Amino acid sequence: MANHYYNSEDLGKFGNIGEYQKPLADKFFDYYGEVFKNGALTEKEKSLIALAVAHAVQCPYCIDAYSADAYEKGYSQQQMMEAVHVAAAIKGGAVLVHGVQMMNKVKEIAM
Amino acid sequence: MIKSLKVLNHNLSNADNQLSILENELPRQTAFRNKIAAFGYTALQPSGIEVFQINIGKMCNQVCKHCHVDAGPDRKEIMTIETMQLCLVAIQNPTIKTVDLTGGAPELNPNFRWFVTEIKKLGKHIIVRCNLTIILANKKFNDLPDFFKLHQVEVVSSLPSFTAQRTDSQRGDGVFNDSIKALQMLNAVGYGVANNGLILNLVYNPAGAFLPPSQAALETEYKTELFKNFGITFNSLFAITNMPISRYLDYLLVSGNYQKYMDKLIAAFNPSAINNVMCRNTISVSWDGFLYDCDFNQMLDLKVKYPAPQHLSEFNIQLLNTRNIVLKQHCYGCTAGAGSSCGGAVAI
Repeated sequence: MANHYYNSEDLGKFGNIGEYQKPLADKFFDYYGEVFKNGALTEKEKSLIALAVAHAVQCPYCIDAYSADAYEKGYSQQQMMEAVHVAAAIKGGAVLVHGVQMMNKVKEIAM
Repeated sequence: MIKSLKVLNHNLSNADNQLSILENELPRQTAFRNKIAAFGYTALQPSGIEVFQINIGKMCNQVCKHCHVDAGPDRKEIMTIETMQLCLVAIQNPTIKTVDLTGGAPELNPNFRWFVTEIKKLGKHIIVRCNLTIILANKKFNDLPDFFKLHQVEVVSSLPSFTAQRTDSQRGDGVFNDSIKALQMLNAVGYGVANNGLILNLVYNPAGAFLPPSQAALETEYKTELFKNFGITFNSLFAITNMPISRYLDYLLVSGNYQKYMDKLIAAFNPSAINNVMCRNTISVSWDGFLYDCDFNQMLDLKVKYPAPQHLSEFNIQLLNTRNIVLKQHCYGCTAGAGSSCGGAVAI
C-alpha cells in the first residue's frame, strides 16, 4: 500500500461510502446532485464557488474535481485564481478578525 | 508555421499506427461494438443517406492542435474537378438533401466556387465548414460572405471559446481576432442576424483533454458574450467532442492524458446517443473519391465495408444503405455524454 493518506484514484471510489451506510449515502448524493443543478445560480457559477470552497477546506479531491470542472465549463485560469484568492482572503480575514478578540482580552487584563 | 504530422513523417500520420494505439487498450476497455451490443445493436446500419459530406482538400491556412484531418498549408491533397463531377452525379439521388463541404479549408480548393454553384443548381442545401480566418487570409477571399449569401450556403464555423486565450491556444496565435472580424463580416451581409435564411452556426470543441459541457448553457453564454463584447450574433452553437485521432491523439499521448481521456469517453457512454450518431445518415467522401462512414473513419482510412462500393465511381445508394458501419474504439467519442456529431449534441 502506498505510504500516503491521499490517493487520487480514491475520488472515483467516493460512491463506495454507501457500502457501509447506504441510506445516508443515497441521501447525501441525491442532495449533492440537486445542489449543483441550475437554479438561481447556474451550474457554471456553482462550479466556481465549489472551487473556492475546495481550497478553503483544503480537500485535494475537491480541488482536483472542481479545477477540472470549472475549466471545462469555461472559466479562465485568471478567473479561477481570483476565486482561490477570494477563499484565501476569507480564510485570512477569519484569522485576523480574531485579532480583535485577542486585543479585547489583552486590554481586559493589561494595566 | 507548425508542420502537419504527415510532413513530419510522424508515427501518427499512419492510420494503422493510430488504430493500433486505439485498439491496444482492449480488453481493459470494453470494445465499442460489444458496448452497443449490450443495448441491442449487434451492428450499426444507416437510417438512410441524407447528408453527403465531402472533404475537398486537406490544405488549410491554419494548423489547429486538435485537427483530426491533420490539415495545414503543407497538405497538398486537393479534390480534382473530375472527382467533383462524380460527386455531382451521386448527389442527384433525391434522398440526399444536404451537401456538407469540409477540408482543410474548403475555400482553398481552386474549384470551390464552381462546385458550390453546381451543387446549388441541383437544389441541395449546402453547408460550408468555414474556418473564418480564410475570409481574411487573402483579398481574393474577402468576398466569401457575399458568395455564401448568393448561394444561400449555411456557414458552420469553429470558435472554441469567446475568449482569445483559449481560442488561440487551440487554433493558433491571432486566430481569435481574425475570427471575430470574419464573424462581423458575415453579420454585415445578414448571416446569423435575423430569420432571413442565412444560417451562421458556431462549433465549440474543448481546448484540452476534457468533454464539452452542456451545449445549451454554452450557446446562451456565447450569445451573451459575443454580442456584449463584439456585437456578434449567430444562430446555434454545436458542442462537439474531440476524437482521439490524429493531432488530438498526439496531444493526448504527449500530455499524458490519453488513457484518462479514453476512460472518460467510455464512462460517459450514453446509449440514447446511438440512434442519432451521424454515420447513420451521412456518407463521407475523401478528396480522392473514396467513401467512408464518417469523417473520422476517413482519417483512419477505414473505408465503407464490402459489399458497399468503396469509391464514387461505383456509387450505389442501395448497397450503401444496407452496409454495416465500421466501428472502432474512437466511436466512443460520438456517444459520450450528450453525444456528438458534426451538428453537435445528439441526445439529451
